[in-house]
Amino acid sequence: MCGIVGLFLKDKTLTPQLGVMLTEMLVTMTDRGPDSAGIAIYGDETVDHSKLTVQSDAPDTDFETLAQDLTQALDMRVVLDRKDSHAVLCLPSAQASTARAALQNLRPGLRVMSDGKTIEIYKEVGLPKDVARRFNLASMTGTHGIGHTRMATESAVTTQGAHPFSTGADQCLVHNGSLSNHNNWRRRLVREGMRIDSLNDTEVGAAYVTWRMREGATLGEALESALDDLDGFFTFVVGTRDGFGVVRDPIACKPAVMAETAQYVAFGSEYRALVNLPDIEAARVWEPEPATVYFWSH
Amino acid sequence: MQTLDLASTSLRDVNATLQALTDASNATQWEILNPRGAHAIAVGLDAPVDVTVRGSTGYYCAGMNKHATVHVTGSAGPGVAENMMSGTVVIDGDASQYAGATGRGGLLVVKGNAASRCGISMKGIDIVVHGNIGHMSAFMGQAGNLVVCGDAGDALGDSLYEARIFVRGAVKGLGADCIEKEMRAEHLDMLRVLLQRAECDANPEDFRRYGSARKLYNFDIDNAAAY
Repeated sequence: MCGIVGLFLKDKTLTPQLGVMLTEMLVTMTDRGPDSAGIAIYGDETVDHSKLTVQSDAPDTDFETLAQDLTQALDMRVVLDRKDSHAVLCLPSAQASTARAALQNLRPGLRVMSDGKTIEIYKEVGLPKDVARRFNLASMTGTHGIGHTRMATESAVTTQGAHPFSTGADQCLVHNGSLSNHNNWRRRLVREGMRIDSLNDTEVGAAYVTWRMREGATLGEALESALDDLDGFFTFVVGTRDGFGVVRDPIACKPAVMAETAQYVAFGSEYRALVNLPDIEAARVWEPEPATVYFWSH
Repeated sequence: MQTLDLASTSLRDVNATLQALTDASNATQWEILNPRGAHAIAVGLDAPVDVTVRGSTGYYCAGMNKHATVHVTGSAGPGVAENMMSGTVVIDGDASQYAGATGRGGLLVVKGNAASRCGISMKGIDIVVHGNIGHMSAFMGQAGNLVVCGDAGDALGDSLYEARIFVRGAVKGLGADCIEKEMRAEHLDMLRVLLQRAECDANPEDFRRYGSARKLYNFDIDNAAAY
């Protein structure tokens, strides 16, 4: 079991409330995944700049002089915004990949959660309400976001094993279910040059989608081919810089409920995750069909 | 009408109140407010009372129902009326996967659509769905009737025993050992009564009947190809 929530805002006036709404949805799904929680949020963008979200088990030491050290090493301006065990590094887009490589030398213990123009990922072990409080998720703003509460099956209960997983710029994926052919796909994707950091099955699913898109597929096409190539149970919710997608395996035993109004499209593993959304009584509520790709974009 | 509000009363207390009712109870009309997708609402009832749930429910609403009539004005989550023994459960909206699973008796009515595995392993329950049903419905159904006014998904009636299936619309695909069968007068009569009880004005003549080819009851090497 795991819990998934997602919110894609069509009405820009709701942007300041995205964090509040998603946090409430996430905490409602605690029963489905009490061991860890995470959220990907698509927020503000600074022209010509990218964001690297990093996590450390020793944030006090790792983050204290990180911005200065990066600035010195790469001769660029870096702004660091720390949130508990995570920090968002805002830096010039042109140097984002150089910075990522430099981080490995400067702070070998640091983990990169995400990189991209707008995405930030925060995830940790613990009850969803505690994770939400540590990062003050409720204060976050953005156009869309995806959250996950984890009950681990395929790999250890660690920060690295928590969802969302990001394997490409501004991309993220969360998963309810378990993949049975992920070891084969991990080997193949690594040969194809994909970066996979954990032994988690979901990260392979994320890397699969990123790889397909790198090879020229649209997100929709990548999710369609995932239906053929990935074996096992899955409800996936995927985020990109301007979009939000959903796909369930053909057996579709992992639950999924969607709601759409003129203001938003929302996803919940269960209806109770959606009950506090504005005007939910008037929303169109439905279950996504098995083996069918759904996608919304701004 | 007695009112139980889940916004102010715990689910456990709501269910305990309803489960304590007997044939002799004077209060027979109940409503439950603010279900907000909660699990296991109105489960294990054992008295001829009417319970209306105003809103949508989560997993296992009205499970193991005996004698009671439970009416959900919204949609129901997975496993609604699971293992129902008798009584009636009516869902005004849609039902999620495995509605009426393993039900032994009574009537389940879904006025919207039902998702996958509707009536899986049904053992005597009657299920009437006004809309469509998803894949693998009535899988290993042993007894009872599944009536679908819309379309049926893939692998309908896979490994079916003696449950009967009636579909008005299209069937995407039949499961192993499920075949179309002749609609006889006795089936039309039974269907007429069931549709009436389910407040459905469909014409029994428009339905087709599906049942078991009875090749997979016991393993027989001559039937290996039927799996």
